[in-house]
Amino acid sequence: MNDTSQHQGAKIRDKQGNSWLYSDIVKDHFFNPRNILLYGQEDSYQADASGRVGSPACGDEMVLWLKIDPQTEKITECKWQTFGCGSAIASTSMLSVMLTENGGMTLEQALKIKPQDIMSRLGGLPNRKIHCSVLGDKALQAAVNDWFRKMGKHDRVITTGAKVIDEALHITDHDIEEAVLEGAKTLEEVQKKLKVGAASPESIPEIEQLIRFYSEKYYGESFI
Amino acid sequence: MQTFPGKPKDKNLVYLDHAATTYTDPRVVEAMLPYFEGIFANPSGLYAIGREANGAINDARRTIADILHTLPDSIIFTGGGTESDNMAIFGVAHKYADKGKHIVTTKIEHHAVLHPCEQLEKEGFEVTYIEPDSQGFISPKKIYQALREDTILVSVMYANNEVGTVEPIADIGREIIKWRKDHATKFPLFHSDACQAAGALELDVEKLHVDLMTINGSKIYGPKGVGILYKSRNIQIQPLIFGGGQEMRLRSGTENVPGIVGLAKALELAQADRQDENMRLVDLRNYFWDKLQHAIPKIRLNGADLGNELVRLPNNLNISILDIEGEALLLYLDEYGIVCSTGSACTSDSLDPSHVLLALGLPYEYAHGSLRFTLGKRTTKNDIDYVMSYLPGIVEKLRQISPVNLEEDPNKNKHPKYHQR
Repeated sequence: MNDTSQHQGAKIRDKQGNSWLYSDIVKDHFFNPRNILLYGQEDSYQADASGRVGSPACGDEMVLWLKIDPQTEKITECKWQTFGCGSAIASTSMLSVMLTENGGMTLEQALKIKPQDIMSRLGGLPNRKIHCSVLGDKALQAAVNDWFRKMGKHDRVITTGAKVIDEALHITDHDIEEAVLEGAKTLEEVQKKLKVGAASPESIPEIEQLIRFYSEKYYGESFI
Repeated sequence: MQTFPGKPKDKNLVYLDHAATTYTDPRVVEAMLPYFEGIFANPSGLYAIGREANGAINDARRTIADILHTLPDSIIFTGGGTESDNMAIFGVAHKYADKGKHIVTTKIEHHAVLHPCEQLEKEGFEVTYIEPDSQGFISPKKIYQALREDTILVSVMYANNEVGTVEPIADIGREIIKWRKDHATKFPLFHSDACQAAGALELDVEKLHVDLMTINGSKIYGPKGVGILYKSRNIQIQPLIFGGGQEMRLRSGTENVPGIVGLAKALELAQADRQDENMRLVDLRNYFWDKLQHAIPKIRLNGADLGNELVRLPNNLNISILDIEGEALLLYLDEYGIVCSTGSACTSDSLDPSHVLLALGLPYEYAHGSLRFTLGKRTTKNDIDYVMSYLPGIVEKLRQISPVNLEEDPNKNKHPKYHQR
């Protein structure tokens, strides 16, 4: 679990989620995306590592390609492709800039990037768009893990095990995190998102606690 | 990398979102103007200018009643389409809850119908949601089969706001009448949301066999914030809003006189030239689709076949452009002055893609890449040509930065996340 205190810097625009206001930085990265790898050039690019997350069915899919200096473990190049909305495209573009600016980040530094850091650099994202910046974070982790595996450094591969919260409904903490990121604010809304019926009474307190945790983590406040 | 098509020197505004709302026709504005300052009085006032305002409402009521082939006292003015839908559903449910607590509606209704139904489910009602076919049609037979002894209301929209499919309302009405005869009952009552249909289709309530029908001003070049609920004289409903007893005690609140006058004028104008306008729009819309198909690969039409306004609203074109996402496309088009809407999840509060497109059986990834163009009275061939000079280039560019390459046959694509559940 991440420390929530370091996320306070990220400005969340439009807490009510009613507006489509994008910051000028988001617009700039959306209309002039940086570090794109054009469709069809994936093979000739010869990346050292790559990570793909999401799916078009979910509304976002993202691929990140990295070139990494094996001596310094610095990211020398980062290219990407994104299927997604304006903020998904802008988030990936900004992430690629953050990873490679000032001579490039080390893998250790890169893995410390949080979705909120991308949001901060973008000047904030509308509330309902926060999940777009999370996807970039996940694509990066997938790419770095790919590199660790290729280098035989299996001990460094990051695994985040999901914890089952409700046995009968197979709800994990990840499911609840996803549901909150997709805008669910209450137990009822999370159940609707996850398309499950009523949770068992004994797991409700823990589910609500997780909703509160993720709401505060991503939105700065809880609604239950 | 390939750049976007150059920005036009003179950016046109090409508004292709008439199903969201229309501008107000200047003739409508003109009709409304006297009632803001000159004849501003409360229509309940007994003095001359009060009576004059009241007279204007009565004239409007008669104009609308004539168009609907009904009597003026079955026209209730409301604060818009959403209110009319709410009034019809809650009004019947709460009035006749002792006769039964079952409602039949469809999966492709507007949220102004679906959300009241969800609320009623919380209040102990049961709601059956009928699935459309892949073009968006609701089968009258399916409606009949869903009816039960305790069904008090059926609500089916006249034309769908997203894909423009025109529902067989008269046939559904006949099925309901048949049920009532077979079971010697006056239930269920039949409501139809005609907000999208009002500008293009016939509104004769006798032919449609509806007991309740919703119409609003903002889709027919009339004012926003005003609507009507047609209510057959043979039925009763419980009001939503209580107060001074206006609108035959069914909708209290001082009447929106300019809005009511404007709505009547708008409906009159729309119905007067709907046939010519429908033909013009069908031609223009089909020209647009023809151009799109030739200029953009991997594109598909959502909803009913084109060419006939009796099965699809003449101004509606809903398409999916594969491998790119609708909101990104919409924002790029906006930069060129082109306005349309999308069924992508990214533009909805729930972050779910359009419930209508999903109900038609469209895979999620197709719904995310959907665009809806709805043409209007002022849309010209030049507007369509303007769109066509930029849209293909934007699509090409967005495809170049997308990692997705879907099969055109939906069955060949996998969507893992949603198969798990």
